[in-house]
Amino acid sequence: MSIEWLVRIATEYWPMFVRGARMTLLLATVGTIVGFFIGLLVGAVRTVPREGGLIRRVLLWIVDAVLAVYVEVFRGTPMIVQAMVIYYGSAIALGLHMDKLTAALFIVSVNTGAYMAEIVRGGIVSIDKGQFEAAQAIGMNHWQTMLYVILPQVVRNILPATGNEFVINIKDTSVLNVISVTELFFQGKSVAGGNFRYFETFLVISAIYLILTFTVTRILRYIERKLDGPEHFIPYANQMQVQTPEDILRKKRNAVGY
Amino acid sequence: MNNVIEIKHLSKSFGAHQVLKDIDFSVRAGEVVCIIGSSGSGKSTLLRCINLLEKPSGGQIIYRGQDILTNPSNVYALRAKLGMVFQQFNLFNNYDVLGNCVVGQMKVLRRSREEAEEMALKYLRLVGMEQFIHARPRQLSGGQKQRVAIARALAMEPDVMLFDEPTSALDPEMVGEVLKVMATLAASGMTMLIVTHEMAFAREVAHRVVFMDQGVIAEEGPPEQIFINPQQERTRQFLQRTQRRQ
Repeated sequence: MSIEWLVRIATEYWPMFVRGARMTLLLATVGTIVGFFIGLLVGAVRTVPREGGLIRRVLLWIVDAVLAVYVEVFRGTPMIVQAMVIYYGSAIALGLHMDKLTAALFIVSVNTGAYMAEIVRGGIVSIDKGQFEAAQAIGMNHWQTMLYVILPQVVRNILPATGNEFVINIKDTSVLNVISVTELFFQGKSVAGGNFRYFETFLVISAIYLILTFTVTRILRYIERKLDGPEHFIPYANQMQVQTPEDILRKKRNAVGY
Repeated sequence: MNNVIEIKHLSKSFGAHQVLKDIDFSVRAGEVVCIIGSSGSGKSTLLRCINLLEKPSGGQIIYRGQDILTNPSNVYALRAKLGMVFQQFNLFNNYDVLGNCVVGQMKVLRRSREEAEEMALKYLRLVGMEQFIHARPRQLSGGQKQRVAIARALAMEPDVMLFDEPTSALDPEMVGEVLKVMATLAASGMTMLIVTHEMAFAREVAHRVVFMDQGVIAEEGPPEQIFINPQQERTRQFLQRTQRRQ
């Protein structure tokens, strides 16, 4: 290894690396966010109570079976294989010529969705039964209960797992180089292919990956802490004692412009 | 006929285990009824059947003249009219105190935010929690949580309040603050159905006390009868056991 080569590669090819890193971040971010919502939807649908009329129950069973197959298939096969099958397969079998970026975004999203579905399902199951009962006792139906009481708590609880998925996506989108998406790994391959300095080039690439994942982890940790708020509550903290609860509400309302 | 709730031949089984056997029972408007009995006697199940958190196995539950079991289409509207307070408080963890009291009003009753907040504040004041509107449930003590839970139920302006052992999960020194709120509520003329182990409270506040044993109503009557001159042997034995404990 030579330091000169490291420096040379970093200074000479940095625009390519930046473009690669941007593509990687785009794929990972979109994939995680879309996958997150797929997961929420699938998780919520799969926990709908199986009751009501016969038709309703049969329908629920079918939907659940389809979703179970989706989760099993996409969790049970490597993303690199999914990429080949979906990108080349759709062109040959369906005559559907997807643009590379679209295909890549689709693959990462659907793949992440399968993992997130299970994470969300676990998150819903782990919410205390009392939360469901309290929401029902107040007159909420299943969807209101999910939307306003359960899922917000699930989202908070699965945030660490989601962050984990994000980090995994940053790294694992590198497999999408098989369909020539110009993400970070692909750029590294191109550079190394030109200068034959595989070790130095990929040392730079790994440093960039590490910076990306480390930064993302820190940001997520910060968001978690923000969401949790302080451990203790002091009534009227930092407020003038003469304020009534109405004053506080009115002020808040004016500030956000209800 | 001023029965708000009328229960006829109600039964409930969990598998082979029959928890409620042929219960006949009614609550009049403005009445405060306390249900007492040992654990496993079916008193909580009876309460939970009334707002259909448990699905009864047989019998009728008639709410203001309508059988709610044969006509289940409006479960949600019915539940909105029956305020429920749980042993474990069950405040929504994703909302602050105000949010807990507002979300049901806005989503179920479709009230505007202003209207809902005003209503919430009115009842939070009643339970003495108006200073905590922006506190999170985990920042509150058990007694405070339960008072918020009561305010949350009241803000829906229910017809009947159901209490499922509201003080059983509380530290002894917090029981008083919750019972005080409940006594105030009883004095205001609210129809209340309370499952409780607080005998002194039942004796003082209830218009009628129902003693349940092994899935049946063993005895019911005014508190003087139940506590001073019980007619049934098993009522007497139960009360002796609880007194010895206290």
